[in-house]
This record gives sequence, structure tokens and C-alpha cells, in this order.
Amino acid sequence: MSVLNESNNGKELRIVGFLCNWCSYGGADTAGVGRFTQPTDLRIVRLPCSGRVNPLFIVKALLNGADGVLVSGCHPRDCHYAEGNFYARRRLEVFKRLLPTLGIDPRRFEYTWVSASEGQRWQKVVSEFTQQVHALGPAKFVADAPEFDVLKVCAE
Amino acid sequence: MAIQEQLKKMILDVLPDVDCVIGWGPGPDPLRGSPFFMRKPEDVESFMAGPMAVQNPALFLPEYKGKKVGVVVKGCDSRSVVQLISEDLIKREEVVIIGFPCDGVLDVAKVENALASHGEPGEITAVEFSGGEVKVTLAGNTHSLKFDDVKADKCGRCAVPNAVMSDFFAGIAREASGVKDDYEDLAALEKMSLEERFAFWENEMSRCLRCYACRNACPMCVCRDHCVASSRIPHWISQADSTRDKLMFQVIHAVHLAGRCTGCGECQRVCPVGIPVLLLKRTLSKGVTELFDYAAGMDTESKPPLLTFQVEEATIKERNW
Repeated sequence: MSVLNESNNGKELRIVGFLCNWCSYGGADTAGVGRFTQPTDLRIVRLPCSGRVNPLFIVKALLNGADGVLVSGCHPRDCHYAEGNFYARRRLEVFKRLLPTLGIDPRRFEYTWVSASEGQRWQKVVSEFTQQVHALGPAKFVADAPEFDVLKVCAE
Repeated sequence: MAIQEQLKKMILDVLPDVDCVIGWGPGPDPLRGSPFFMRKPEDVESFMAGPMAVQNPALFLPEYKGKKVGVVVKGCDSRSVVQLISEDLIKREEVVIIGFPCDGVLDVAKVENALASHGEPGEITAVEFSGGEVKVTLAGNTHSLKFDDVKADKCGRCAVPNAVMSDFFAGIAREASGVKDDYEDLAALEKMSLEERFAFWENEMSRCLRCYACRNACPMCVCRDHCVASSRIPHWISQADSTRDKLMFQVIHAVHLAGRCTGCGECQRVCPVGIPVLLLKRTLSKGVTELFDYAAGMDTESKPPLLTFQVEEATIKERNW
């Protein structure tokens, strides 16, 4: 997306998306089949359910260089496993509160619901979230251990 | 100390029916008490409650699951016991709880800091408590400190000086100080910008030794030998000496305690390099209290909020894309 690329010197950022197999992954597919243009910063990880999302997936991604993390599942009441997204909603909402304390902008993480038929909505979610992350710029992350630098020098 | 004598009597009464009674006894030096396991009536002689009873004896209870044990608890420790019972990690009928009104406990680090200019902590030969004062004899000189200045931070915001739940209670329940927990410690962190906070954690965590004392002292960390931090598949944290992995571990600890942490502060107290790890857990406890009006370890009947849900969440405002 040209508009997005201009905001960050044409550079893509790394956004990780955890999508549930039954709704949001299907929704992303619908968006693709419908040929809706979307930013390409998002890398999708397919999970069985948003209830499978361990908050640690999100921290692990953010601490290891992801600039944003998006979690998307079925709409509440529509979960393939009846109640997985209800648990996810509580868990992710509580987890979100930890990010500011860690010094990570909470806008780098969002969770939302997209059904398999909502290709257009998926396009909107991805575009808006990517824009939001681009506005924040690349994330800081904790550097590697010093011995890794030494190893890199040795390898050279 | 009338309460101490009453407690000893209660322990002696309970002792025949249980495997052991867990309380506090003399520690490695005069400034420190230590967890103490009483099995025989003569052990009870050296039992001591009071300002040196800093450790949380609830830590040992899951190990004794299947056996009946007694435990002497301060208000904060009793919350851990209640939380363990409500999560079915220990059985109510397998534990005899002995409570007493707690007046606050000593923060050893504060005493050592206050007397740093007078000598080494190892030179302390006697510690005495009398009427709001702590008299510490260090290298032959006696220094007097105000107890309020050297008591643990958590005691300053304590709302439960008495055991929440107990089978026996020594003395008369003490009134809570009435001080509301306003998360003063978090407010200090919130004054910093996000970049400063990130730098703060990078700096603090760079000192971490990965001794995992924080985990081992946590009464809610019941996985013990099956901790995800030591698992290779999945490999959550590497063996590298990197600040990233150290921070990752603290986040794992905090996330696993979300909605379960009772704020006993043992993780922070035992940290040999003084990292304020309780801040992460307090952030999540604050969030859980705000969202679900829940405080961990207050009663055995209420369900931990992350183990349940409501179809319509009144307090969760979802993002409208």
C-alpha cells in the first residue's frame, strides 16, 4: 500500500497476526478471493481458536522484534468451540494492561473479531491496524545477549 | 509476648493430629527469621511470630498435598492459602490454619541500608523490638530505628492484618489500618514515558542472575519441576544470558499469576539483586480488580476471573474498527 509505505520511508514493518482457523483465517481468505487490496506487513499464524492464544505468544513476538501483534477470532457467541473466544477476551483484556508497564505502547497490540464472510471487514481491520502501527514506527526490542555479538564477530 | 504464647499453645494442641506445623523460627542471623517445621512438641519452644516472621509459609503447602498439616499465617499468607484452596491445589480439610493479628513485618534490606554506614550486616549481634522501635546491635553499638521506617512496603498498604480464614485465632483481631491501596508504586512508574519504562526494565533486568528465587518463593507457582521456563519444547526462553530472556521470564511469571497473585511480595523480597518484579504482578492485579472487581485469596468460593466468563462483559470495551 503506497500510502502506508510513505509513512515509513517505504519500509514494511513486522506485524504478527494470530488468527483462528474457523472465522478470521477464513475472513482473510475471503478478502484475498475478493481481491481486496491490503497492506502486506502482516504475517499470519493460524491457530485452532482465539482461545488458543497464550498471552505469552504476544510478548514473545513483541520482545523479539515484532512491531505489532493482531489477534482475531470468531465473534463472541460464534466460536466454533462454543466458548473459546469468551476466555480469550478476558485473558487478552487483562494482558493488555501489562504492556504500558513494560514500556511497550499498548496500541501495538489489538484483538478483534472477524467472521469468515467478512472479507471487507478484514481489509478494514488490517489496514487500520497497519496504519496504527506505522504511526508508532518500528518497535524497540531488547537486544541480544552480548555473547551473541561476540559470536557474530567470530563468524565473520 | 502474650500472642506468641497463645500461638505456641495452639500449635501444641494441633500437633498430634498433623504431620507438622509450619511457622517461623530462628534464622541464620539475629536479623532474620526462617520458615520452621515443627514435628515434635519440643520444636515448638523456638517458634516465633512477630516482625521477623517475614516468609510466606503457604509456599510449602502444595508439597504436603495428601497429608494433613498445620500452618501459622499472617493476614497476607492466609490469602495465599485461600487462593490455593479455591484453585483446588490443596484441600481445605488437609490444612489446619492458625491465624494471629499481624503488626507488620521487617524489611531486612531497609535495615541493612539504614545501618550501612555503621558496619556490615554480618556484624549484627542482637535485634530487639519494643514499642514501635527496632533496636539493632551492630559492631557493639546499639542503633534505634523506627519500625514504620523499616517495615515491608506491603505492610504499609495492608488491608488484611488478620487471617481471612482460620481454624484457630490467637488474640484479638486487629483493625486494618484503613489505608487504601492506591498503587503508589505503580504511579511512580507511570510518571515515566514509555521509552523510559522500557529502559527501566532493560536496566533492572540486566542485573537478573536467573536464580529463579522469585519463582521458588512464590506460593502460587505450583508447577515446580515442570515450569515452562525450563522446558525445551516449546523453548520459551533460551539459555543465553540476555536481558530479553530474563525479561521474558518475568513476564511469564506475571502472566501466569494474572488474577491469582495475592500480592504477598515474596518474589520481590527474595530477589538477591533487588529487581522490583512485584510491579508487573501488581499491574495485572490492578487490571483484574478494575475489570472483574476481584481480589485473589479473599474467599474460597469465588471463581478466579480468568477461569470463567460472561457472554456480555460489562466492563470490557472492545475496539470498534
